[in-house]
Amino acid sequence: MTDTPNVVTMRGIVKRFPGVLASDHVDFDLRRGEIHALLGENGAGKSTLMNILAGLYRADAGAIEVHGKAVQFGSPRQAIQAGIGMIHQHFMLVPSQSVTENILLGLTHPRFWLRLAENERVVSELGERFGLKVDPKAKIWQLSVGEQQRVEILKMLYRGADVLILDEPTAVLGPQETEQLFKTLRNMTQQGKSIIFISHKLNEVMSIADRVTVMRRGRVTAADVATKGSTTAELARLMVGRDVLFRVHREAQEPGPVVLQIEDLHADNDRGVPALRGLSLEVRAGEIVGLAGVAGNGQRELSEVITGLRRAKSGRVRLNGENLTNQPVRKAIERGLAHVPEDRNKVGSSPNLSLTDNLIMKQYAEEPIGRGWRLDAGEAAAFANRLKHSYEISAPSVETQARLLSGGNLQRLILAREISTKPKAMIAMQPTQGLDVGAVEVVHNLLLEQRKQGVAILLVSEELEELLSLSDRIAVIYEGTIVGDVESGDVEWIGQLMTGSSGAL
Amino acid sequence: MSAEVPVSPRRGLPFGVRAVPREVVPAWLPPLVSIGAIVLALAIGAIVLALVGGDPLAAYGQIARSSFGSIDVFSDTLIKAIPLMIVGLACSVAFRMRLWNIGAEGQFFMGAWGASAVVLIPLVAEDTSRWLVIPLMLLAGMAAGALWGFIPGVLKARFNVNEIISTLMLNYIAIAWNDFFIFGVWSEGGFQMSKTFPKNAWLPRLTDYADYVDWFSGLTTHMGLLFALVAVVVVWLILYHSRWGYEIRLIGDNPRAAQYAGVPIARHTVLVLMLSGALAGLAGMSEISGVVHRLQGQISPGYGFTGIIVAWLAKLNPFVIVIVSILFGALILAGREIQPSGIPKMIQGIILVCLIASDFLLRYRVRLQRVERLNA
Repeated sequence: MTDTPNVVTMRGIVKRFPGVLASDHVDFDLRRGEIHALLGENGAGKSTLMNILAGLYRADAGAIEVHGKAVQFGSPRQAIQAGIGMIHQHFMLVPSQSVTENILLGLTHPRFWLRLAENERVVSELGERFGLKVDPKAKIWQLSVGEQQRVEILKMLYRGADVLILDEPTAVLGPQETEQLFKTLRNMTQQGKSIIFISHKLNEVMSIADRVTVMRRGRVTAADVATKGSTTAELARLMVGRDVLFRVHREAQEPGPVVLQIEDLHADNDRGVPALRGLSLEVRAGEIVGLAGVAGNGQRELSEVITGLRRAKSGRVRLNGENLTNQPVRKAIERGLAHVPEDRNKVGSSPNLSLTDNLIMKQYAEEPIGRGWRLDAGEAAAFANRLKHSYEISAPSVETQARLLSGGNLQRLILAREISTKPKAMIAMQPTQGLDVGAVEVVHNLLLEQRKQGVAILLVSEELEELLSLSDRIAVIYEGTIVGDVESGDVEWIGQLMTGSSGAL
Repeated sequence: MSAEVPVSPRRGLPFGVRAVPREVVPAWLPPLVSIGAIVLALAIGAIVLALVGGDPLAAYGQIARSSFGSIDVFSDTLIKAIPLMIVGLACSVAFRMRLWNIGAEGQFFMGAWGASAVVLIPLVAEDTSRWLVIPLMLLAGMAAGALWGFIPGVLKARFNVNEIISTLMLNYIAIAWNDFFIFGVWSEGGFQMSKTFPKNAWLPRLTDYADYVDWFSGLTTHMGLLFALVAVVVVWLILYHSRWGYEIRLIGDNPRAAQYAGVPIARHTVLVLMLSGALAGLAGMSEISGVVHRLQGQISPGYGFTGIIVAWLAKLNPFVIVIVSILFGALILAGREIQPSGIPKMIQGIILVCLIASDFLLRYRVRLQRVERLNA
């Protein structure tokens, strides 16, 4: 036994959902002042376990002790009274209200008068103490995502939490904000807080956590693993139950003629500020060009202009020599441009429609599914069943609603749909974001297969490792232009280009 | 992420209630839940009736008799149901695309006006065959309704004007427009109504064929029922078996995905509101030509608004709209037949609340559990 007492002890936690055992007799403990990572693939049961600890779900069986006392939480309020606060992936903040107002929201005290000035002082002191600087008077909508996350953490600290559960906190953050968050977390543990860090990113876990508990399919596969003395490969194996190939097999291949040609493109973002400033880029047949860059440097706008979803102010987009600039989206689709959008749920799929309806999205207008004004339901279902089978989309049937698919399965659906159009070129935006290791491998292999088929692929990703292992060339985007074209894997040089510190501008 | 609804165990009770979200809704469940909700609503209504000293069984019996009791009253129920069916369809088509057309009432009036114009301007000679006059009235009514959908459609597509406001306001314009004609232009001897249409502008009724089928005698159910049923099938074909319908469903569920799939949303906004307006216009034409036989002010007891409720209760399903419309038609008729007429209204209200609340059972499964298990 160790000399540091456990803050939280969970024993034999069982939680059943219809059709799945999300938590199968799980034990978990958290020591005072540590950062404990809960590692596992999507759907391994990490969030379920922590939702039980935070009072959102009730366990079907098992016991929880906090500071040595047995507890039963009926609601998040009871959990927070015991000092346990959870920061969810999706923030629960009121955009039009100030930071302080959001922090006070839902508390029984103050009951009527908010005493804003006094509480603003308390909030800024709290922020000062833990390195969570936010202007307490600022409205939430004015804040960046990173700052909003700080507000969520402050909310829990204000309520007296000494155990903080963070559910994939870095999924929404850029590299710098992540670094900042890690600093804050270390600072907080020094002041006696204990932190549970839910993640499926191995590198992060290695760099921030003291100990790791690994979960797979609702079970703990390894507990009390110290990050010191373990390797990423070991953890990966524990997580997926097999060795994961981090290096993908990419055969040498001569690229063909230029398929996708972008010349001196200018476009604004949603707020009317220039996002693309004279961007030029070429992608050849059978070539993967990786577009590296920190999020928000024009990647999204570029993909939207190419696919016809956004207007260009000037410049040209050509596909096999044909002009696609400011043309209807339909034209780009008909000419063979596939698009794997960044947001699978909000753009790439229609959540309440069936798998069939989602799979035919790019082909319903053509024979044999579309016949004149008619839509042949039989052909559509047959087509969907074929794709479901060959891309191993796991779902009860093609009538299942798309929203019930896991992230990895939904991405398979989107790729299946896009590839089935037999595209000439493909724009893949963050195709592996938020996917577990197994699903990432599937996506990578599908992209490489398309490369082999001679498709010109523009791969946009924030994961540099992914770009390095898949791309034939890497173009670096910074403030709306391409600042460098790198053939070899010189990571440091790319990093400098991405951050604008290369002097290349 | 679907969260459980945490319901804490009541102190002192040996069990607690827990609601678990449903992932898959079996096909047999929705009709069962709807029927259960209606039964529950009738039970609640019975209790209220008993409390105020009425005899619930007698009241329900009276309602049933006065709307389903004989072929004659059932024919009247159908007459009330016809405009509800068509307007319900009109609303459901727009709601599918999440276009909140609150203007079916106005489109109904425009449809009635358009159909009347054929006879009252007149566009055709007095002695034209009914088989020419009626199709002309049909087209004119639908065109006028479609125009009343086109205006908010274009405003929405081009200038992003909220269609709820524009369709609602257009109702008043339609009614005022109608009034202008019945007070002035087409007024019959200063009364606020037009002259009665000539017989060739009347929709054929069952009773017209009593010579061939004896029991048709006295049944005033008119050809509008046929229009309604054809419209049901057409809307169903459009929604589930046409490319356009697929696009409408796609836009309705996720407009950004639709845009991504290359669907021209602006064009569909205009077209769908026009279709919705045309259907509501058809309802107006069928009412004017099948029942009222003249243009006047009181042609709709709020069909355009009841149609919204019908569409929702039917969960936008074209076939279920038929059933819901007949139920509502029965309640409207019963309201006229029995005294006090507030009772069918009350029952209508309770049914509505129960049906809306029953939706919870489709989204969650509710379980009773012993307290020890809950806390374990």
